[in-house]
Amino acid sequence: MVEDRGMTLSNSNSPLARREALRNRRDQLQRMVEIRGVENRIQKLFAEGHVRGSTHLANGQEAVAVGVARSIDPDDIVTCTYRGHGHALALGVTAAGVIGEICGRSIGCAGGLGGSMHLVEPSVGLLPTAAIIGAGLPIACGAALAARARKNGRVAVSLFGDGSANIGAFHEALNFAAVAKLPVVFVCENNLYGEYTRIQLSTPIEDIAIRASSYNMPGVIVDGQDVDKVAEAMTEAVARARNGGGPSLLEMKTYRYSGHSRSDPATYRPAGELDAWLKRDPIHLFADRLIAEKALSPGGLEEIQAETDAAIEEVVAEVLASPPPDFGEIFAHVGGASPGGDQRWSFWT
Amino acid sequence: MAKIWTRQAVLRALDDAMIDDPTVILMGEDVAAAGGPFKVTEGLLAKHGPERVIDTPISEMAFMGAAVGAAVCGLKPVVEIMFIEFLGVALDQLTTQAATMRYLSRGKLTTPLVVRASAGAGQGFGCQHSQMLDHWVRGTPGLKLAVTSNARTTYGLLRSAIEDPDPVVVLEPRILYSEREDYEFDPSYRIPLGKAEIVRAGRDATLVTCGAMTRVATQAAAESSASLEVIDMLTLWPWDRETVLRSVERTGRLVTIEEATASAGWGADVVATVASEAFGKLKAPPHRITLPDAPVPYSGALEARYLPSAAYVAEQVAALISNNKAPAPWWRTAA
Repeated sequence: MVEDRGMTLSNSNSPLARREALRNRRDQLQRMVEIRGVENRIQKLFAEGHVRGSTHLANGQEAVAVGVARSIDPDDIVTCTYRGHGHALALGVTAAGVIGEICGRSIGCAGGLGGSMHLVEPSVGLLPTAAIIGAGLPIACGAALAARARKNGRVAVSLFGDGSANIGAFHEALNFAAVAKLPVVFVCENNLYGEYTRIQLSTPIEDIAIRASSYNMPGVIVDGQDVDKVAEAMTEAVARARNGGGPSLLEMKTYRYSGHSRSDPATYRPAGELDAWLKRDPIHLFADRLIAEKALSPGGLEEIQAETDAAIEEVVAEVLASPPPDFGEIFAHVGGASPGGDQRWSFWT
Repeated sequence: MAKIWTRQAVLRALDDAMIDDPTVILMGEDVAAAGGPFKVTEGLLAKHGPERVIDTPISEMAFMGAAVGAAVCGLKPVVEIMFIEFLGVALDQLTTQAATMRYLSRGKLTTPLVVRASAGAGQGFGCQHSQMLDHWVRGTPGLKLAVTSNARTTYGLLRSAIEDPDPVVVLEPRILYSEREDYEFDPSYRIPLGKAEIVRAGRDATLVTCGAMTRVATQAAAESSASLEVIDMLTLWPWDRETVLRSVERTGRLVTIEEATASAGWGADVVATVASEAFGKLKAPPHRITLPDAPVPYSGALEARYLPSAAYVAEQVAALISNNKAPAPWWRTAA
């Protein structure tokens, strides 16, 4: 069934509503297109001088973002890395929330306090994305521990890259999750590069998933370019976690079309590698499947792309017309008042 | 009044907090089945069950991070770091993740997490198990830091820390666990974070201290012929500037007594603040009594020299009052 819900890009659509929209396959495709479009636009906004610091794009990895988001409930808890624009959009953060944050505006999802590396939306389970490699894995263990203690049936999902698989937090978190049999799903996006370094130079194995065996949990290699394959593996791991079966490690084989960050042209990549991956572009793979399913008309992808790009331009205009945060925001959220304590907190306010 | 060991005060504070609030959980190495390496969690597993009193792998990054995640998702975890040095392998989770959760979510997410750690020198544990390391935490926006000084302050600070909406580090000077004092437990007793206590009133100088140095300062004051005021800071971050400034305005002299290295010790902040805001009231230069900038030595003879003693404090304070000049530390005069 093809259902035109209209574009779901502006802030008038709540993150929760955007998340619910992912039940529809055409919306899944549209969200992947939106992620790609927003990433490309962010790169342009950077060149135009609207973005400070750095950004870490994940174009090419849209199927992982949407496949994960469509497989979990909005109250499940997600930790994610600084390469998180796509995940935030997939989970439901609005384009204005993401672009606004990256442009340091008050309409950003962290009110302009975070920037590109720190996207957040508690209403759809997204904890602040972390700028430290591996930081999210132990936090996901704790979210899972709390879910079990409070018997609310939630699971925790931790999204991270292949670079995280070599940091202590990865091993400590997998070990702890396995020993405590926590309802958590570890999702490694193996895009073959940790920052500027190819995986063979940093990691003595090809498949991160085999590390699961050290922690006595399932390790599954997944085609990360195929949104349905991602969702299938996620659904199984999430069900296992929810039913008390403990953690899993999923390895999404994927590819980052851009360099590590804004300043990285990725000249270290072997010739032809990018072209080979572009032939299995996740958006085209999924669009072709929807056409075959008769859920999308031929030319439907181009229509979605045109509509989405126009909607993104509207969001960009809205963002650039919006104010920066108030100066008071510098102090407003540093710490709360201690019960019975001095409410002045002279250092902080 | 009963004689209460400081370790009993830790146990009682944790137990009472768990009775009052079902979301309080304990996590750490050997805190459950073994009752804690310092026996401050003895009996809590049997009383509160394995879902709330959790033995973890020797994996500080994992359980500190798990405490952050659990705190954000509705529990109040109390984490035990056996020796404060072990925080080094978990520091990211505390100073980078927990400390910014409220900020990045603009108050939608909070991290009501308590990190308890044994700390400090004096027992021959050597240079990797004897530091205070408050400067790793102090000054990180988003964290609060308290230091206990006896059974009463241990109970009062721990109860407040567990009820605080933010991450709080509570340093427990290990040497005090086996000290005891007259104290009657009162489950409603709290010491609000951010407030110092004047533990002894005096006119001639203000001694500002905390932790195990509080009894050193108090003993020095008791033995001194001068009239010395002693302030126990209790919370090192954010610290109680009002109480310190008002006291120094009365006495005209400030001496900090710190179990902290001369460089980067917490007293430098206190001295700078007093110098800026109470300069006109000072009769003598503000003075700091600290550890030397050196690791904690193992040998008993060296460790006793390394830590400020009551006699050394009394001598330094007497010299300051008599000349209104700051005396040199022992490692400079001895050279």
